[in-house]
Amino acid sequence: MFYLDKNALQDKPTLKPLGGQFDWSSEFSKRYKNARYPALKQYYAQGAVSADTPICDVPLVALDFETTGLNPKTDSIVSIGLVALTTQRIRCAEAKHWIIKPDTELKTKSVVIHGITHSDVASAPSFNSVLDELLLHLQGKIVVAHHKDIETRFLNSALQHYIGEEIVFPCIDTMALEARFSRTLKRTFMRSLLGKKTPSIRLTDCRARYHLPYYRQHNALTDALACAELLQAQVSTYYPDETSPVSAIWC
Amino acid sequence: MATEQVEVTDFFQRHKPFSDLPTQELSHVASRVEIAYYKAGVPILTFGQDNDQWFVIRSGAVEVFRRDGELYNRLGEGNFFGELGIMRNRPVRFPVVALEDTLVYLIDAETFNHLFDNDEQFADFVEVEDRSRLRDSNADRKDNNSLLTAKVEKLIDQLPLILPPTTTVQEAAVRMTEEGVSSVLISKEHNADNIERDNDVVIGIVTDVDIRSRLVAKGLDLSAPVTDIMTSQLTSVQSHQYVFEAMMLMLKHKVMHLPVLKKSQPIGLISHQDILRYESQNSLFVVKSIFSAQNVDELAALTGEVRGCFSRMVHEDANSQMIGSAMAVIGRSFKQRLLELAEQKFGPAPIPYCFLALGSMARDEQLIVTDQDNALVLDNRFDPQVHDEYFSALANFVCDGLDRCGYSYCTGGIMATNKKWRQPLKVWEQYFSQWVDHPTPETLLHSAIFFDLDGVWGKKVWADMLNQLIRKKAYKNSRFLACMARNALLRTPPLGFFKDFVMETDGRQTNSINMKRRGTAPIADLIRVHALSVGANGRNSFARLHDVIDAKILPPGRGVDLRDALEFIAMVRIRHQAFDLDMQREPDNDIEPEYLSDFERKNLRDAFQILSDAQKYMKYRYQPGRHL
Repeated sequence: MFYLDKNALQDKPTLKPLGGQFDWSSEFSKRYKNARYPALKQYYAQGAVSADTPICDVPLVALDFETTGLNPKTDSIVSIGLVALTTQRIRCAEAKHWIIKPDTELKTKSVVIHGITHSDVASAPSFNSVLDELLLHLQGKIVVAHHKDIETRFLNSALQHYIGEEIVFPCIDTMALEARFSRTLKRTFMRSLLGKKTPSIRLTDCRARYHLPYYRQHNALTDALACAELLQAQVSTYYPDETSPVSAIWC
Repeated sequence: MATEQVEVTDFFQRHKPFSDLPTQELSHVASRVEIAYYKAGVPILTFGQDNDQWFVIRSGAVEVFRRDGELYNRLGEGNFFGELGIMRNRPVRFPVVALEDTLVYLIDAETFNHLFDNDEQFADFVEVEDRSRLRDSNADRKDNNSLLTAKVEKLIDQLPLILPPTTTVQEAAVRMTEEGVSSVLISKEHNADNIERDNDVVIGIVTDVDIRSRLVAKGLDLSAPVTDIMTSQLTSVQSHQYVFEAMMLMLKHKVMHLPVLKKSQPIGLISHQDILRYESQNSLFVVKSIFSAQNVDELAALTGEVRGCFSRMVHEDANSQMIGSAMAVIGRSFKQRLLELAEQKFGPAPIPYCFLALGSMARDEQLIVTDQDNALVLDNRFDPQVHDEYFSALANFVCDGLDRCGYSYCTGGIMATNKKWRQPLKVWEQYFSQWVDHPTPETLLHSAIFFDLDGVWGKKVWADMLNQLIRKKAYKNSRFLACMARNALLRTPPLGFFKDFVMETDGRQTNSINMKRRGTAPIADLIRVHALSVGANGRNSFARLHDVIDAKILPPGRGVDLRDALEFIAMVRIRHQAFDLDMQREPDNDIEPEYLSDFERKNLRDAFQILSDAQKYMKYRYQPGRHL
């Protein structure tokens, strides 16, 4: 779901900002002990790769949500798309696409965007019935998303609602990466001097920068795929030797 | 399935060979795809690495190299690579490097093999090294089974009536009436002691017309033997020849009936009516119109009909041989009629002469965009002071007339109007001997044109004599053939296509390709060299190639590949000209890749590759000094 701008998100992130060298392994073992929900406990049990693992060796999963609106408190998830990948290969065989019956009302405004209608969701499963499988797909992998706040916040909001627990995990945000690559202070300053527009970091524009083909947006699975391809392109452009540690790009 | 990637599926639906797959199969393939991104300049496959995936380019472009680093191909969106290693289960032979930022969809070997083994169309499309794809693509067209592509045997509905030579005319007439046929074959007297060669089984033919004109009109007795009225100079057709060829034979020999032979055994008789039933509008009528034209203006007015005939044949899926020979018959007829008109105008020739057709017309490979290559062979008594005024006028009349009929003047001056090419037989013999014994760059170019010669009018036997002379002198003449081979290498095919450009072997790109200069002409040149080396009799490239294959001088299978390549390239050229005619544009030989279908691109690339390989082999075979 990439049509949101940051200002639309009304509350602060529930997770504290994490540094690149954050020790996810010990964070995961700590949370494993405290987790009550079995699938979540299982998720933490798989652990997280260490910060110095080369990017090319890290199992990844690109994740995208379509939602009924912009506010995790009042809106909910209607669709989840995910696809497993590494920086060398995206594996469509390990992809998943769910339509979810939202806990809140499906607004016409969002229907226009993601194209999922009331009749589509009428017979769809609820979030908690796909939660275990979702966690299974995420475990042992690092989540990749374009503007990760949507995915992390909506996921946490849904978890709070159904199991009363929160989830934290390392995440690679292709939008944040792109901002870092293309909007360094110096560049922005030079650009403003030259009267150039700040480059867009919307998914489609990012993809075009790497000569990736145009994909139609707002299908959660396609967006997850689009995000996965973007990460491959970013890594092969900025970390061509692929031995750089994953801590360089996760957060 | 919920996990179907719509963008991947959409892409496959837009590109062959996936677009031809059943929807379910296609979704299955799409749901198992792996995806990889390669920055420009990054190697995708390296020599010797193991690879168990098939690469389909989603976006971007790649370059494929030979082991020695030579550029082999450049591929873009929708193209694929890596199938060879999978099919043969061997390490990578052709390294691949991303030329642009490239996204590839990868299909695992198991899925690929499943498609390849179970979907014939898919396999046909993918199969790159096995040249049979080209053959199938040519064959597919023939399967459309139009009238023009029908074989003679299709016209036969009953065995021929064959009678012994002792039969009386009356008996023959009774039998013909009983059988309801208009002609009867006469066999040789059965003689067990004298087993003759097979093709002497039939010694003659008697038709309704013969009974009327040779018996009744002459007042002969009804009990006269059939041998008294039969036609003994038999022209026959083989059962595997095309109906069209039978028609041409009838026309050429002015006969109304043709015995059909299968391995020299008569299996049927076809009549002019049989063929007319099949063909209503064809070159036969154009030829008739040519011979009934009373002056050059009337001949020139037939240009539209010639082009109409050409278009019609293309649309009826005739093959390149049929079209080439029909157009050659038409071209020959124009020359013959113009010569008749010339002789009416200037009076009979003071000494015998033979008018020669050269090049594509002589090879029966003429199309509609063609210039005139011709020459005059004169009697050895030729005295320029006395005779040349007549032949100069005759040549000018014919060449001017041809130009008006759509056969433009030869820019190289190879026409009977040029004094150098209007010479007595003995001078021609000297020319040819000189060209073979002491080849120069200039005479090699001449050899390439003049050594395809055909007599169209007058003393045609001289043309045969010249052909014999060429055969005799060039046969196994390694020095001359080495020169001819070098000359035939001057025109090369392009490497293939990339996006909307023609790609040259050095990676250069151009906007269009001349299919004659880069395709049919180099093949004809190449076949001519081989044909000369084995002393082949034919002039048509397909006929020559047949002899060359029989002589076993080519590596196994290469001759057939070459035949298919020639057919395909010729047909692309022909279809392109027909398309221009349909669009009411002036047809030419230049093809812009944007007008080629994916199918044509792939097959043309294969055909060019075959030609290129064949040229390399020719270069090797005719090295100077190499014993043949």
